[in-house]
Amino acid sequence: MSSDPHHSIPAGLGSEVFENTEVKVSRCYQCGKCSAGCPLSEEMDYPPSLIMRMLQTGNKEMEEKVLSSFSIWVCLTCEMCFARCPMSIDIPKMMDFLREKALREKKSNPKAKEIVAFHKSFLDSIRYTGRLYEIGLFADYKTRTLKILDDLALAPKMLMRGKLNIFPELIHDRSGIASIFRKTVKKNKN
Amino acid sequence: MTLGFYPGCSLKGSSREYAESVLAVAETFGITMQEISDWNCCGATAAHNLNRDLSLALPARILALAEKQGLTEIVVPCAACYSRLTVTRYELSKDPALKAKISEINNMEFNGTISILNIIQMIDKYITPVLESRVVKPFDHKVACYYGCYLVRPHEILNFDREEDPQTMDELMLKIGATPIDWAYKTECCGAGLSVSRTKSVGRLSGKIIGDAKDRGAEAMIVVCPMCHSNLDMRRDSVNSYLGEKVDIPVLYVTQAIGLAVGIERKALALQRHFVKVTI
Repeated sequence: MSSDPHHSIPAGLGSEVFENTEVKVSRCYQCGKCSAGCPLSEEMDYPPSLIMRMLQTGNKEMEEKVLSSFSIWVCLTCEMCFARCPMSIDIPKMMDFLREKALREKKSNPKAKEIVAFHKSFLDSIRYTGRLYEIGLFADYKTRTLKILDDLALAPKMLMRGKLNIFPELIHDRSGIASIFRKTVKKNKN
Repeated sequence: MTLGFYPGCSLKGSSREYAESVLAVAETFGITMQEISDWNCCGATAAHNLNRDLSLALPARILALAEKQGLTEIVVPCAACYSRLTVTRYELSKDPALKAKISEINNMEFNGTISILNIIQMIDKYITPVLESRVVKPFDHKVACYYGCYLVRPHEILNFDREEDPQTMDELMLKIGATPIDWAYKTECCGAGLSVSRTKSVGRLSGKIIGDAKDRGAEAMIVVCPMCHSNLDMRRDSVNSYLGEKVDIPVLYVTQAIGLAVGIERKALALQRHFVKVTI
């Protein structure tokens, strides 16, 4: 397809996206269905179709804006954009790649601090026990974000209903899980 | 009959009523659920948002364990875990190099032979054929079947029901005497993993879902995903503040609605654990 002028991929981030996800940003013809269906586009700095357009330009400055955008973090991966895209462009897969790259290059948007903190706290929780420990997750998240007062009323209500485990569930092969983490996330530590 | 069972973390914690109702219904229909031994978290949204290899390695370990334990079919009631496991099996099956890389990371072989059932598929396959004859107390209510994202998307990989207007859960509800409503938010996202980090956004998204169901006269929401349940039930205060009114439509897992219809004790279905009181 690379010989087809309508599907040429610009050098730079667009081609990096293609190499890693097989998503061709050049296929997007800006119909806007992704942005119309995206439940969070109104909270984004650039809606999904604009992200596609910015990547199509191959312009370095645009690419930097994409990587440091809030959009890529507020994206829920609900997959609605992919479901409705007439060109079957896997935007969610591309978003996963952009998030990982933004984090690795320390370019993630400051507004996304809480979202990133939550994901990190979540992974840290399973790194040591193998399973999610919800109280540990909340405590770690609060430490990272200093949002001490948020959801404080929720915990006792959950406890009362038997929805929180006081102690974590520890799996047997914790060293196996630790080794998986060592081999995968070592390169983008906090 | 015995089926493999991957509960996932939510079903052991904040959504234990889902596990309790799944196990109660299974038992009633003579199905033994054999939990995969020493299973780990699937990595959920956090893993695939931050690290692709990890997001494949964690589910692959679960599938490899299940295969090693001789299971050929596993039931994954949590829609989010179901999605992660199914996507991983798909990605690894079509790319031998990736499969080899992940097997190396996990130090565990994964063949990809195992079949993964979501809760609706499990019910349709093993319970639906005899369900109607077992109904003792028809669930005679107008219900909004809420499928959410992970049960139906991406269709190319999951290959389960329609993406925009799925029907399987609606048909199931008809069988227990309920009246499923036509509504607009069947597969709209509830806000999922932003529940803690952006609670207000979740209140808005879940508020639209609850609001539409209420406007169309639903008496209960029926769900299959612990994240959808937490956002619609536990986050009801945020939902109500978005809606500007107090809406008290309860949110039931599909297995709780079926359980009530076939006469399982309310306590065994753990309805008492919900935030929004279940009075129906």
